[in-house]
Amino acid sequence: MRETTAERWSRRVVLTLLTLFTVTPLYVMITSSLKPLRDVQGAFTWLPSRPTFQAFVDMWSTVPLGRYLVNSLLVSSVAALISVAIAVFAAFAVSRYRFRGRQVFSVTVLSTQMFPGILFLLPLFLIYVNLGNATGIALYASRTGLIITYLTFSLPFSIWMLVGYFDSIPRGLDEAAQVDGAGPMRTLFQVILPTAVPGVVAVTVYAFMTAWGEVLFASVMTDENSRTLAVGLQGYATQYNVYWNQVMAASLVVSVPVVAGFLMLQRYFVAGLTAGAVK
Amino acid sequence: MVTTTTAPEEARPSAPGKPRRRRPSRLPRSKLPYLLLLPAILLELLVHVIPMVVGVWMSVLELTQFQIRDWSEAPFAGLDNYRATLDVNGPVGRELLHSFWVTVLYTTFSVGLSWLFGLFAGVFLQRPFPGRSLLRTLFLTPYALPVYAAVITWTFIYQRDTGLLNELLTVTGLTDERPFWLIGGNSFWALLVVSVWKSWPFAFLCIMAGLQNVPTEMYEAAAIDGAGFWRRLKDVTLPMLRPVNQVLVLVLFLWTFNDFNTPFVLFGGSAPEQADLISIHIYRSSFITWNFGQGSAMSVALLLFLLLVTAVYLLVTNRRREHA
Repeated sequence: MRETTAERWSRRVVLTLLTLFTVTPLYVMITSSLKPLRDVQGAFTWLPSRPTFQAFVDMWSTVPLGRYLVNSLLVSSVAALISVAIAVFAAFAVSRYRFRGRQVFSVTVLSTQMFPGILFLLPLFLIYVNLGNATGIALYASRTGLIITYLTFSLPFSIWMLVGYFDSIPRGLDEAAQVDGAGPMRTLFQVILPTAVPGVVAVTVYAFMTAWGEVLFASVMTDENSRTLAVGLQGYATQYNVYWNQVMAASLVVSVPVVAGFLMLQRYFVAGLTAGAVK
Repeated sequence: MVTTTTAPEEARPSAPGKPRRRRPSRLPRSKLPYLLLLPAILLELLVHVIPMVVGVWMSVLELTQFQIRDWSEAPFAGLDNYRATLDVNGPVGRELLHSFWVTVLYTTFSVGLSWLFGLFAGVFLQRPFPGRSLLRTLFLTPYALPVYAAVITWTFIYQRDTGLLNELLTVTGLTDERPFWLIGGNSFWALLVVSVWKSWPFAFLCIMAGLQNVPTEMYEAAAIDGAGFWRRLKDVTLPMLRPVNQVLVLVLFLWTFNDFNTPFVLFGGSAPEQADLISIHIYRSSFITWNFGQGSAMSVALLLFLLLVTAVYLLVTNRRREHA
């Protein structure tokens, strides 16, 4: 099938415009992080007057970025790992069993995705505060509370994507394992999981990204000690000054790991979405 | 023949006096699936279901900062909170209605543009050409960036005196005076651009996944019939994308309508009146005034609205799918 000249040019124009749109903030982020402070205090310059890594050094002391980073890392990785473990079992049940309430479960879990976060925020805030007062387990303003909250955020989509993945694994493999005398757990761990590794990895990254990027609950549920990057990054703005070069440097540093992880695994996301969407 | 991998529901092993008529399934049918689901169910209960019930309960209480320590003491308020919230002549209701319309406008533009961008990027990247996979990776980057890192960069771009946008506008001579972007009427459009920038890659990702299911023969057949670009788009691509679009548009709608992160980070914790999205409005009227009862009533009203829209949307799109 030949591409007409008009088509070729409209393709070039559209893709160029979209590229410019996408790249502009990335360009601003990268170049500004290399600027000395006075470059970001006057009119915007396209290039640093004198490229420097000073912002990457200073950003750690302007705000306790290290603590925020450790909090974010801890909260996001623990939430991601627990979330995936739970999702694997749930997806296995939904994919391989027919049971009463299967449909209800799938629909309910997915529909929690559509509820406004603000609806849970107020009650959850009060529940955590009161549960903490009653039991002595700190949930409000603690990393534990944040982990519990975040892992449920990624759960619905993780289950949905994993069900898609598991469904695409031929049941003949289960049967072969069963003939060998494997129980359900061995079937899951020795047959299904090894085949679904890309899906499981993609879901883990997704769960990590969800927790890493969450703002609303982090802004209410944390205090100075449990604060994550999502809130901490706003600390570079003081009453008199915004250290834009440091903000950009910090943004870059907190973005690179997740972006790299996502982009490396992008085709598994597409595969997972396709598996889910064709159902 | 082993075609079903699972146990029939009615054949419970323990059911007394009910001889098992069907052959036993390969996996034990017992309570195992429920056991497997238990952690997920418990957590969903704790973080979503119970808070939702509590939220509905809170919405009929007079719950202000005085009762927050011991909110079992809060007096019952009946529908008072709803009355105040939905009374468009009162100050609370009027502001909520305003922010509702801002959100409707914001969502309509954002979802529409994100979908269009995603569609055209998807269609134009179908055909292999040098640099295609690089572009695909680049287009997905905004989706992968943490929201706050991306949005704070936009805040910098929009700065009146130090931002890129005003520099661009003055250098090209489009304006002499540097406009404000994060306060006043411009703030709505500023917010919208960020929203589209951040959402369209997801539309692109889904549409790209959907396009992989379109057999190339269909395009070739259409081309042989003399169909041009628009005809192929209308007669082949869009019908094939319909299942993807049905879910995609709904998800984008719900995410955008509930969007909190973008305005919260872009405007630094609050939002100007012209860009006062409903989530941030509820957040502020709850945590600034500490009137949790009223905040909950607003949230419940928002949820009911979203449920209604979703139900109507699914009914209409499913019917159209059946008739197609």
